[in-house]
Amino acid sequence: MIRTALAVSAGKLTRIALTTSGRGATALPGLVALAVDPGALRSLTAPLEHGAVCVSGTNGKTTTSRMLSDIVRAAGWSPVHNRSGSNLDRGLVAALLADSTWTGSPRGNVGILEVDEATLPGVVGRLAPRVVVVTNLFRDQLDRYFELDALAKRIAAAVATLPEATTLVLNADDPIVASLAEGHRGPVSYFGVDDPSVGGTVPQSISDATRCPRCGKPLVYRRVILAHVGDWSCSSCGFARPARDLAAATVTLDAAGTVLRIAGAGAAVDAVTVPLPGLYNAYNALAALLAASVLGIGLTTATRALAAFRPAFGRLEIVEAEGRTLRLMLVKNPAGFNAAIGALLETGRRPRLLAALNDRDADGRDVSWIWDADFESLAPRVEHAVITGLRARDLALRFKYAGVDAARLDVIDGWTAALERVIGQTPAGEEIVVVATYTAMLALRDALADLGHVGRFWED
Amino acid sequence: MGAMDLRIVHLYPDLMSIYGDRGNVIALEQRARWRDIAVDVRAHRAGDDLDPEWGDLYFFGGGQDQGQDVVGADLQGPNGARLKEAIASGATVLSICGGYQLLGHEYVPEAAPPIPGVGALDVRTVAGKRRYVGNLLVEADGGTLVGFENHSGKTYLGPAARPLGRVLVGGGNNGEDKTEGAVQGKVIGCYLHGSLLPKNPWLADRLLTWALERRHGAVTLTPLDDTAESLARDQATAVARARP
Repeated sequence: MIRTALAVSAGKLTRIALTTSGRGATALPGLVALAVDPGALRSLTAPLEHGAVCVSGTNGKTTTSRMLSDIVRAAGWSPVHNRSGSNLDRGLVAALLADSTWTGSPRGNVGILEVDEATLPGVVGRLAPRVVVVTNLFRDQLDRYFELDALAKRIAAAVATLPEATTLVLNADDPIVASLAEGHRGPVSYFGVDDPSVGGTVPQSISDATRCPRCGKPLVYRRVILAHVGDWSCSSCGFARPARDLAAATVTLDAAGTVLRIAGAGAAVDAVTVPLPGLYNAYNALAALLAASVLGIGLTTATRALAAFRPAFGRLEIVEAEGRTLRLMLVKNPAGFNAAIGALLETGRRPRLLAALNDRDADGRDVSWIWDADFESLAPRVEHAVITGLRARDLALRFKYAGVDAARLDVIDGWTAALERVIGQTPAGEEIVVVATYTAMLALRDALADLGHVGRFWED
Repeated sequence: MGAMDLRIVHLYPDLMSIYGDRGNVIALEQRARWRDIAVDVRAHRAGDDLDPEWGDLYFFGGGQDQGQDVVGADLQGPNGARLKEAIASGATVLSICGGYQLLGHEYVPEAAPPIPGVGALDVRTVAGKRRYVGNLLVEADGGTLVGFENHSGKTYLGPAARPLGRVLVGGGNNGEDKTEGAVQGKVIGCYLHGSLLPKNPWLADRLLTWALERRHGAVTLTPLDDTAESLARDQATAVARARP
């Protein structure tokens, strides 16, 4: 206990030093506290009255956990939430520290913890969470996470150590995620999209799970929604998409958002409005709604909170700059890119892009993934693209090989210069779509702040 | 140079296509089309019958362990012999990472019996403890090659294969002898993801030349404007030197 208090103090002092010097404090205080007390994660979450929820998966964990955080707040609870998306264990501890007293008691009564999928195996055992949500598992930053099969095995092994009291909330449409239930002793709830008009029948080239996670034989798809997500079953062992506890019977998408008709979970409401475009945000909303229902929060309350949802840093966030609207889309892997681009093309517009590729650790040092992303669908529709970032030339080459001619491409070094160019290129009143990897988005956000268009993101 | 056509076989695109290796097929297709060479790409999947007569150029990328098991089994059947027959009659092959390892004699895991390969390259691979993850810069006979490696297998060349190049930055074949990749006739194997061919176009054009020779006799490719390719290669090279 003294050790925890010491760890909390050390972490808090670090946070104060950082914030008074005008810097973000999303990870370093956690690192300091963990050095003093490696058990800080447990001692900071154990007193939470409604327990802790871990939200993990390759894509959608930031949006899903923010939705859930808004929902529990609408229910009158007080969430402790790592809101700025720093989701490695030091980020988790930093968020818990910021929301605790100097002796280490939490100021909130429920933990909503976004957890990096590679960190999850090490974290769940130390947390004993009430709920674990897994949104999806796609190939991502292979230099850091290595192969998806190996990652899924590590997560499954960690899940098998969870107590019976933990409920898993899983995406029924993702066979790799659904297979995580196999070794779990406690309850499992599933969400999914049942609308038969969503998805096609042709497997997509970036599919990670063409084989059954249980027996290794080929999977058969009645519908493919995104990569390996869809209505799947094994041709051999009978493993199949599990029954959904909460599902979207119909999904209606437009540029401003999505309307879901809900089936299951004693569906007290039929229409849920998600004020974010893109099918992947429909999945995020379903995950948040189901997790809320597992926590005992009614669908009516949850739906009301969702309708007022505001997106997170770089997740379709809107920034106004000199009469132009910038729509920020964080991308980091082929599935995320394809989903973002799909949402963009649904609008029917010819996008003006600012595309930024970095290769720092948080982006993934291997930029190969851009060749797996479906630039070929985007290429014929691009009105103009300004390209920047530490690996701008790789990205420009990707556009070239996807068929975008040089006249529609500008490669500009420097964040401010790139922003100024794209704003100058775009008629007033029109939209600029900013597609960037994590540290590139941070840098662009900083440049926008320097130009006076946006606050620093950790002020959220 | 009208009326030429090129046939590409993408080996196991469903199982052996991670780390953006698909970009190599895109590069080959586009660089042929920009020269008015018609291109036909076919996928070969596990269980299909490989037709050794059809393809001019085979691409074989890297995969996950599960995929590699299925592919290894397919190649130990008749399809392995058919692929060797295709190579013997002049087909060109580019293989990367897992594909490179499977084209060798064998892969020796840490605590399991060796897994036999196709034997089209005189190389063998043994499981290693260290994983080589990072930018990889190689000096080869046609110029430098830059990409990204991510492997723990250590590959050693026999006398019939020669290295694709000498490692300037990174681990390469085995982290010991400064070699990277292998060349034997028209078969190339290496650990360069990135994708390799888009920003190393001289190698793409060498493969196209070899592949077209099979049915069209000696060809000289029309030069292309490779400004964007050179810029990407220069940037990646600078990154590899600054942040290996």
